[in-house]
This record gives sequence, C-alpha cells and structure tokens, in this order.
Amino acid sequence: MTRPTLHLARNTPGESAAGGRGQSPRDTTAPKATEIPEPAFSEPWHAQVFALTVHLNESGLFDWPDWTARFGETLARHGLRRELDGGDDYFNAWLETLETLLAEMEKAAPDEVNSIRDAWERAYLSTPHGAPVRLGR
Amino acid sequence: MPGRLRRGWTCAHLRITLRPMPHDHHDDHPHALLPPEPALRVKALETILARKGLIDPAALDEIIDTYQNRIGPKNGAMVVARAWTDPEFRARLLENATAVVADLGFFGRQGEHVVAVENTPEVHNMVVCTLCSCYPWPLLGIPPAWYKSDAYRSRAVREPRKVLAEFGVTLPPETAVRVWDSTAEVRYLVIPMRPDGTEGLDVEQLAALVTRDSMVGTGLPKAPA
Repeated sequence: MTRPTLHLARNTPGESAAGGRGQSPRDTTAPKATEIPEPAFSEPWHAQVFALTVHLNESGLFDWPDWTARFGETLARHGLRRELDGGDDYFNAWLETLETLLAEMEKAAPDEVNSIRDAWERAYLSTPHGAPVRLGR
Repeated sequence: MPGRLRRGWTCAHLRITLRPMPHDHHDDHPHALLPPEPALRVKALETILARKGLIDPAALDEIIDTYQNRIGPKNGAMVVARAWTDPEFRARLLENATAVVADLGFFGRQGEHVVAVENTPEVHNMVVCTLCSCYPWPLLGIPPAWYKSDAYRSRAVREPRKVLAEFGVTLPPETAVRVWDSTAEVRYLVIPMRPDGTEGLDVEQLAALVTRDSMVGTGLPKAPA
C-alpha cells in the first residue's frame, strides 16, 4: 500500500512558528505587513455551493449531522478511486451530495437540473462578453 | 482512384473538425466566459430552488460575505489571547467554551458545541475530522485544503507525530499527542501554550501571534517580534 503524502502548503507568507521545547521563540521574522490571508474559497463555485448548503440547512430543509453523514459517505466513496486533495475534488463531492439529497427530497430532479444547466450554458455562449448573463436570452 | 478518394475524405474531415465551435476563440471572448461544469450545475440548483421559493439569493450573498470576509482565525486568536491573559476567562472557556464564545458573538450556525483543549508541556492537542471536514467555522473560518485532504484525515490519527513533523512541529518525546476527531456536533479549538518572551504584550499583540494552525494543533504560535 502506498502511504498518502501530505502536501503542506500551510504557512501564509511571513508566518513563522515559535518552536522547540516549551514553545520558546526561535524565529522572529514575522513582519505583519507581508502577511497575505489565504482566500476562504479558491473558486467562486466552491463558495456558492457551500453557501447554498448552509442556507438550506439554516432554513430547516435538512439538519447538519445528516448532511455531514451523507457528505462523509460521498468523500469515502470518491476516496476509494483516488486520494482526494481537499480542493476541487472536495467540493465536487460536496456538490454530488447536495444534488443527490435534493433529488431524494424531490426539490430538484436530475432531469430538471440537467435542463437548467444546459440553459445556463446556452445563456453564457449567447451573451456578449462583459454583459450580465441571464437565463432566457 | 484511391488517392483522390482519400484526399476528398481528408478535405471533408478537415472542414468538419476545424469549423470554429461556438466557444472556440483565441484573442478575445465574443461571449461571456463559460464557467466550469460544476459551477453550471450549482447555478442550475440555485435557479431551481429560487423559482420554488426555497432560497433567498440575498441570504446566499450574506453567507458568502460572512465566510469570505468577516469570519476567520482572528476570532479564535482573540479567544486564545484572552485565555492567556485572563485566568477566569480561561477557566470558563475550558469548562464551557460554547457559552463563552457565544457571549463573544461567535455562534455555531449549525448548532454545534465548541470544546477548548489546552496544550501543556505534557499534552499536545491536534484536531482532525476523519468523517469529512468538521471545523469550528465561527472561530477559524473555512478550513484550508490540507485539513480536508484524505492524507491529513487518515494520517492525523494514525501517525500524528509524523504529520506534525511535516508541519515543522517537533515535540519533546515526553509530550503526549492527543488527537481529537471532530463531529457535526462537537468542534475543537486548541489553546496553544503561550510563547516565552511575551510577558509585556497586551491581548491584541498576543492575538497577532496566534496562527490558525496553532489552533488546529498542527502549528505553534509565532514568536514575538
């Protein structure tokens, strides 16, 4: 079995740790002005699908433990095929979980999702660059 | 003749395959840039749910703004810095963190409980979510990709010292590592040890030393300048 490797790009620029025994200071190079906070979401659609799910939970459509159990199952299933890196693949699993849940709850049937998705694609391809994209153009 | 036939087929084939597709462009975009496939599917869900009155687009914007701009590790850092400077606050935090952070305005929107776990010379605490990516959002914001990766979620429990070493954290052998597995109901905040040489700093100066990773247990606080 191959051991998964951890890609650790975790320190923001300018961030250093006080290390060693007793956590005594060791590195004092931490100019605050150079710190660049990591964006919360790396893609706009990550934020959108996150917000959609949180909003539906807060409006009472499903409870959070149920969501996490379902999401955990999707992640586990996807993780059998390949190691997930916590980026796009994580939110793809999130989206699949939400689509399945909404289909089961009869709030958004797969056929309807596909048809509206195609309508959005047509709208993008027929909207002049720079103009707002709307359905029904 | 075979040669002419082949040439004719090639010409027809080229004409078909090289015809510009609607989204085939090079120098500029004659139309709006097509978002990636999952983005189109999310938009489809939003459209359907909005038409059914199940979502409020303004509420979605508010949630995104909150998590993108207003919630982040600074919240948790302030809690840690207060715990370092105020023994009574620290005692209440370790006793019932959910109530203490709620008093500060940091509510778990999913109704979860927060548990504060304190690092000492004897025990170093580290947090993971082996199921998915449960995380104290109100205190730390959205988790970084590594927290959500399969590698961290599986290895943090199995070989925490090796994972810590990859984060640049080497603990004395006598310090035990305790790994906490988050759930939908319980999220953990690590209270790291206060760095030496910070005796004269106020709460805000101390909070600036508290990194996100130090509150997950995969890092240590920064050293004072």
